[in-house]
Amino acid sequence: MQYVAAKTADEAVALLAGHSGTARVLAGGTDLLVQMKSGMVEPDLVVDIKRIAGMRDITPEAGGFRVGAAVSGAELGEHAGVCAMWPGVVEGFNLIGSTQVQGRATMAGNLCNASPAGDAVPSLVAAAAVARVQGPNGTRDVPIRDIPAGPGRTTLSKGEIVTSIFLPARPARAADAYLRFIPRTEMDIAVASAGVSLVLAADGTVESARVALGAVAPTVLLAEEAGKVITGTRLDDETLARMAAACEAICKPIDDKRGTIEFRTRTAGVMAKRAARIAYDRAGAKA
Amino acid sequence: MKTIQVSTTINGDPAEFICTPDETLLDVLRNRLGLTGSKEGCGTGDCGACSVTVNGRLVCSCLVLGAEAEGAEISTIEGMAEGETLHPLQRAFIEHAALQCGVCTPGILVAAKSLLEKNPDPTDEELRYWLAGNLCRCTGYDKIIRAVQVAAAEMRGA
Repeated sequence: MQYVAAKTADEAVALLAGHSGTARVLAGGTDLLVQMKSGMVEPDLVVDIKRIAGMRDITPEAGGFRVGAAVSGAELGEHAGVCAMWPGVVEGFNLIGSTQVQGRATMAGNLCNASPAGDAVPSLVAAAAVARVQGPNGTRDVPIRDIPAGPGRTTLSKGEIVTSIFLPARPARAADAYLRFIPRTEMDIAVASAGVSLVLAADGTVESARVALGAVAPTVLLAEEAGKVITGTRLDDETLARMAAACEAICKPIDDKRGTIEFRTRTAGVMAKRAARIAYDRAGAKA
Repeated sequence: MKTIQVSTTINGDPAEFICTPDETLLDVLRNRLGLTGSKEGCGTGDCGACSVTVNGRLVCSCLVLGAEAEGAEISTIEGMAEGETLHPLQRAFIEHAALQCGVCTPGILVAAKSLLEKNPDPTDEELRYWLAGNLCRCTGYDKIIRAVQVAAAEMRGA
């Protein structure tokens, strides 16, 4: 195996694009090193992107924030601006692993590892966040929901890397939230999860909403109907019940030791209802 | 496999080592530098026995490549006592019997020290969440939490 700490994104892209064997990008390494240890992947090239300028920076941009691909959970959680604007994005990402894992893990890594249960991804989909992708043919901006292709697979082409994730600007009366179900309080993988981002109108009703569901399909789902159901409402019980039903309608989970199809489906709706309520209260508190 | 030469700082002292590209920082510390205080429990970032800090950030050294340590500042359990003088956390762990077999202890001490630098007066809940990635199969955790709180109180008073 060859290890290269790339100095520029161009160098990383050229190395990955020009390599004929198994190559992997190293950001936080909290998935990659585990996969290497277990023999799941035996790369002959590992390209470390942490020493590329800008990769560890959180930069205000167009009223939102650009988060470098190598920013760790601990670093994002300490950023007051991002925590105030996108609390649901931060809480989803910060749920991953232990304090030690948070010292290294990255959102871009969680996205590109492409687990359907990745805790950073539903909030990013709900936030309409955008990944900046650099490759042999230049740079393109890709909505987060279009990156995962299925468990362990992405839509990135050979030589392409995510260099940053953009969290867009939003009005003052807006907030997001993320909830997952696990059978204990820490250090586990989501059985079902939901991220909700919403904007309130001046009269306190929901002006617009995006709902995303995790661990209930091969990729994170954007529950468009659920978002429409709560728009124009104040999240009364009847509305939330219809929203949960809209979530359940699109779930296509697997049956495994951590949860049955029925349990995951039902739980995704419950998580979405509760996350919507939290996001609504957070947005209201800002008004 | 081609070896890599790495220059780094460990517990305040400059250190140089040679490692293979796939070698973890934990293996470098233990097998090449003789710093066997950091333990390998799981090797997959679940147990925290290999906890060290890299540039002030608490990490599992089993999930860091040795090659990534180039230019970094690393602190391990070996840097905790000052000569023969134990750190207040180390003393509190002995006085309050916060260990039995001792395999998890170095990682827990490094992790607890890292928390107290950030938050000198944590609640028990904050402490338990912070240490959720440090597994101990002997103590049942209660004595660990009490020992850290005793040390924290002493350090606040110092």
